[in-house]
Amino acid sequence: MTSEIISWIAVGLIFAASTVMLINLDWRTNLGALAMLYLAAFLLITHHMPFIMASTKLITGWMVVTALGMTRLSLQTVENENGESFWPRGQWFRLILMCIVVIVTIGSTPRIEAMIPGLGLPVIAGGLMLIGAGVLQLGVTSNLLSMILGLLILLAGFEIIYAAVESSILVAGLLSITSLGLSLTGSYLMIAGSFPHDMEEEL
Amino acid sequence: MSAPVLWIGIPFLSGALILLFLRERISPLIGGIAAMVLALIAMAIPIDTALLLGSISIKISPSIDFLGRSFALNTADGPLLVIIYGLAALWFFGTEASGTANRFVSLGLMIVALLTASIAVEPFLFAALLLEMAAMLVIPLLVPMYQKPGRGVIRFLIYQTLAMPFILFSGWMLAGVEASPGDINTTIQAGTMLGLGFAFLLGIFPLYNWIPLITEEAPPYVAGFLLWLLPTFTIIFGLGFLDRYTWLRTSPQLSNAIQLAGVFMVASGGIFAALQKHIGRMMGYAAIAETGLLILAMGLRSTEIVNVTFLLLIPRGLELAVWALALSIMKRKAYSLRFSEVKGLARSYPIAASAIIFAHLSMTGFPLLAGFPPRLALWQELAGQSLALSFWSFLGMLGLLMGAIRTMAVFVTVEENKAWELKETWVQMLMLGLGVIGLFILGILPQIIQPFLKGLPTLFLHLGK
Repeated sequence: MTSEIISWIAVGLIFAASTVMLINLDWRTNLGALAMLYLAAFLLITHHMPFIMASTKLITGWMVVTALGMTRLSLQTVENENGESFWPRGQWFRLILMCIVVIVTIGSTPRIEAMIPGLGLPVIAGGLMLIGAGVLQLGVTSNLLSMILGLLILLAGFEIIYAAVESSILVAGLLSITSLGLSLTGSYLMIAGSFPHDMEEEL
Repeated sequence: MSAPVLWIGIPFLSGALILLFLRERISPLIGGIAAMVLALIAMAIPIDTALLLGSISIKISPSIDFLGRSFALNTADGPLLVIIYGLAALWFFGTEASGTANRFVSLGLMIVALLTASIAVEPFLFAALLLEMAAMLVIPLLVPMYQKPGRGVIRFLIYQTLAMPFILFSGWMLAGVEASPGDINTTIQAGTMLGLGFAFLLGIFPLYNWIPLITEEAPPYVAGFLLWLLPTFTIIFGLGFLDRYTWLRTSPQLSNAIQLAGVFMVASGGIFAALQKHIGRMMGYAAIAETGLLILAMGLRSTEIVNVTFLLLIPRGLELAVWALALSIMKRKAYSLRFSEVKGLARSYPIAASAIIFAHLSMTGFPLLAGFPPRLALWQELAGQSLALSFWSFLGMLGLLMGAIRTMAVFVTVEENKAWELKETWVQMLMLGLGVIGLFILGILPQIIQPFLKGLPTLFLHLGK
């Protein structure tokens, strides 16, 4: 019963964190929310994976946050940070989109549970919500950091559900490397263009 | 020593060492030699077979366990390794001539190693993860440090990342379909997931918009390398799915869907190529059309499916290498590669201009060039199944041919008094010359690749049987 309650709290955290990441434009808050989101994902993954393996996901997630945070911190100015180039771009619009994701999640969670018994409602709900939020994030932004965050959220959602069906150490390891690689790639793309042309050879 | 250590571990480590310790002009040579040696070993020493050299017995064991799963390269993988590492060596040797950044060789070796791991990993569907990792390693090559990332690179990263969950889930669902083949709902869901996964991975219409963008934004040599390597391994991965799951192999609906996707790519790639005014984008659309041909070959309901697919794969590596190298040489003079900037360059870069035209013509399936025999084989099989598909793929090739003629016209449009010059260096001329000769050899004597091709169908247990 306690674990069930913790799982639903984790789903609530996921909702809160992904909504914040969708409507907030401040990178510090977004990275904080991502760290929170990885904690929630860890709580859900422990349902189907040993504690040690699940904790690697948490550690990787926080490493991802650190890598992105340090890179962003080192950048002086970033173009297009606070304004998107397309309409509609208001916070209410994004909030409505998130509500749609929640409605779809509520509708499809019991059906998926019926199709794949044993996954657990909170695991499916948390995973689906993250996948939906990730897709939304990718769809409504043209900011590089936000796009990388969108991909990371999507992957985290996938990892929650996939951990329930595949508990191989190799897959867990490769998925962690993928998340870390994605953050490093994002960091590289963020700093690309800030070096003079003649630095290329030295690098 | 085990085969995965030799063809995955060593090149990956070599790549890392070259990246860390070799910065100067020597890295293309070292990387090229390393790839060439690996290709020669694959050719000379069969995997899992004891070889007696005097009193020494050599045997390369086929598999290795890693984190509870195994990586295996069997005897049948030998010819594939020869082709992959042989062509990779060609690309690495050309790095110096193309003027691409030094880390191309190091990261390239690591990418090839990761992609080789994707064909060795068991269960094979975990290859999706390795393909994603290889795609991420390509990013630093596509975006130099001094350049802001363009839309193409971002889209490429997003599409490749989206592909992975779809394929991993579909693989898991396919196991369920195997257990209860009568469950139509699960079958449809698994098929849709798999289709979406491969659509993202291969850039199937309309998800290929990143390809022309990348060929426009990124260094042409890197773009060419990417367009050769990733689809090659993705196609092998796709063939693995068809081989593994009987219902995928025998489903006429799936075969039709694959062929439709393929013909859409060939026709649209060819038609769009004919309309381009940028020779980099032209290469992108030609690569799209070529990938379409590979998908068409995958959808063949014939025992020749594996032969035709691999027959298309080998010249593709050479065509793209020659084309991308020539574009890189021209890009130094005409940075944007637009028609307005490359006008008349045949007078100052005659070898590079000729190489582009020959590679382009080869991709259209022009007789006597490398692309002709595989297209002939494909059309022969395709015409027996559907004349409509043959017509549309022919139309695509016609579009590519029009693109080649337009490019040629632009290259030779020049003021009358302009003198002929040879601005390419001797290394560039040598590399391009060898590449073009290779295109002719593969076109006139296609049987020379037969020794490699004849063993390839054994890679698959059921496909083509």
